[in-house]
Amino acid sequence: MSKKITIEPVTRVEGHGKVTIHLDDNNQVAQSRLHIVEFRGFERFVQGRPYWEAPVLVQRLCGICPVSHHLAAAKALDVIVGAGTGDGLTPTGEKMRRLMHYGQMFQSHVLHFFHLASPDLLFGIDGDPALRNVIGIAIKHKELAVQAVMMRKFGQEIIKATAGKKVHGTGAIPGGINKHLTQAEKDHFLNGDDPMNIDKMIDWSLGALEFFKGYHAQNKDLIDNFASFPSSHVSLVRKDGAMDLYHGVLRGVDANGKKILDDVDYQNYLEYIDEEVKSWSYMKFPYLRSIGKKDGWYRVGPLARMNTCDFIPSPLAQKEFEIFKAYTNGKPNGMSMHQHWARLIEILHSAEMMKELLNDPDLMNGELTVKGTKGREGVGLLEAPRGTLFHHYRINDDDQIEMANLIVSTTNNNTPMNTAVNLAAKQFMNGQTEITEGMMNAVEVAIRAYDPCLSCATHALGKMPLEAMILDANGKELDRKLKNG
Amino acid sequence: MSKILININGKDYSAEPGKMVLDIAKEVGIYIPTLCHYEGIKPQGSCRICTCKIDGRNMTVCTTPATHRMVIETNTEELEKIRATIVELLFAEGNHFCPACERSGNCELQALAYRYKMMVPQFPYIFPAKDIDAKNPKIMIDHNRCILCKRCIRRKQEPENPSWFVFKDRGNKVQINLDHELTADFDDELAQKAMDTCPVGAIIRKEKGFDVPIGSRKYDKNPIGSDIENQGVTL
Repeated sequence: MSKKITIEPVTRVEGHGKVTIHLDDNNQVAQSRLHIVEFRGFERFVQGRPYWEAPVLVQRLCGICPVSHHLAAAKALDVIVGAGTGDGLTPTGEKMRRLMHYGQMFQSHVLHFFHLASPDLLFGIDGDPALRNVIGIAIKHKELAVQAVMMRKFGQEIIKATAGKKVHGTGAIPGGINKHLTQAEKDHFLNGDDPMNIDKMIDWSLGALEFFKGYHAQNKDLIDNFASFPSSHVSLVRKDGAMDLYHGVLRGVDANGKKILDDVDYQNYLEYIDEEVKSWSYMKFPYLRSIGKKDGWYRVGPLARMNTCDFIPSPLAQKEFEIFKAYTNGKPNGMSMHQHWARLIEILHSAEMMKELLNDPDLMNGELTVKGTKGREGVGLLEAPRGTLFHHYRINDDDQIEMANLIVSTTNNNTPMNTAVNLAAKQFMNGQTEITEGMMNAVEVAIRAYDPCLSCATHALGKMPLEAMILDANGKELDRKLKNG
Repeated sequence: MSKILININGKDYSAEPGKMVLDIAKEVGIYIPTLCHYEGIKPQGSCRICTCKIDGRNMTVCTTPATHRMVIETNTEELEKIRATIVELLFAEGNHFCPACERSGNCELQALAYRYKMMVPQFPYIFPAKDIDAKNPKIMIDHNRCILCKRCIRRKQEPENPSWFVFKDRGNKVQINLDHELTADFDDELAQKAMDTCPVGAIIRKEKGFDVPIGSRKYDKNPIGSDIENQGVTL
């Protein structure tokens, strides 16, 4: 008799989603889906609002990476106010925004790796759920927990110094930024009391990488084979092929490393990317037009960025990048759990970039904004922690937004996450008559590797109940398992 | 003219007769909140938030001249409750979304909500359907945020200011309306003046938002009224 398993809501991710898994008569996974059950409507309700409100309004999509939305919107509006397409700002404007962005990348990646993902690694996918959470980490691995909290705090304070607030600031405005960095702020970040200084952050970032590599050496099967699959990868890269999280051109590679997008000006993204709508999810399914709906899907995020860029322009991260690339002999890496490895390399890169910027005098002096000939339409892209983020606005003659199109990172990863869910479900549930909590968590681990921001909204960690139901083909409930957060 | 004697919150002060109680209180370092009142514009006492107990009666102090032996209470628990309720009512009947408002940090209504520690209004939100008048090249009117204080309209009584704004419609449909002919050639200075007259974010300048960083906005470090309360002047 066929069965349907529902995992709702998915835990230790940002936002709300559910998974349904259909088992056939032989208890084999016939179909699985990750449903995004929230409807936010931002693209609609920004219509009519004055365009300069967009960076502060749209960032409310998210409490974890609002800076990404804040900056992507500001970049799109830079185009509208005639300040160029990402490279036309004053040095102060661009560098302050970059510092904000690296602070964001740093804190968001730290949050994901330490608070959300590490419990699965440290306590095991089927470990005791009472311990397999951030509180368990604090009890059993106190040093790691303290590092996690302090690293996140450092990133948040960088955001506060550049955006005015740790969450939902106002720093980026169309054409630039609204403040300089002060001497006191600079001194605090460069030479603050241990551990709150950038050198300690770099040390800890290296330590986190060593921890992961050690874990990898002992758990190769899990890290290399769990929910692993080949795919295309897309991200921004700098013109010269370097990793650039704030600005660049679109590049895509297929599973063999062949470039399928190269040197694409993102103002023209609609010529290359389209979105498909499916009836069972509020999240759209983007794909590359040149390949088509069926096979044109791609991955974004830390793993994709490692696969698309040629090098990382900071010395310590570059060394780690070389080790990462050597593991797959330079070929694109499709191992879902290597997202964590890639994420840790980006934590290190972000820390190095913050140090470089904090020593740059342009942050403390210079013109903040620039304006030019006004236009009606602009596109802003950047690499958010979870992947490429698209903001596209068009305004009317009265300065009101008349069209907004947002493709958030997690949307880009929709098909990859569904693929990972399917693989995890097959690996852990095929042939099983009883569904255990550990099996359900395995499915969530696959989703978590992509650090999805399902609604770009916050919720209380550890308070989310998880419910799974087994239904027969007629929808009659056969079994139900409930886990309280 | 000889001075008069008044008592505010149990303390005697000498003051000039005919002066509004609000102004005298301000001079002696006592803050009484206002919204519809604006320095230099004839007061009208419509928002009622400056209501104080004068000789036992609730009266708006922005419109009440001081008289000899007047006894005024400005901050009783009852009065503070009335003021907090007025703020809550204003939030409930408009669409005040502070997070994306250009006036956040410079907004008198928001500052009063902080002063009265409003977390959420005790009244249900009405969420009225309001629109934006964005036709003027220099300013925009967001009716969602308007509290109908009439400050923008009353400024016309100053001789140098023509009537840029008028009330339109009646009852709960009333809203401020911009004279597009008179304001067609608004320059940045006039636009800024119009924006400064508004206590909230209903009148905002175009293409100029969020350029004052958080931390440097008017009420970021100095909560509303603190400038008056901290001056410590006695007459």
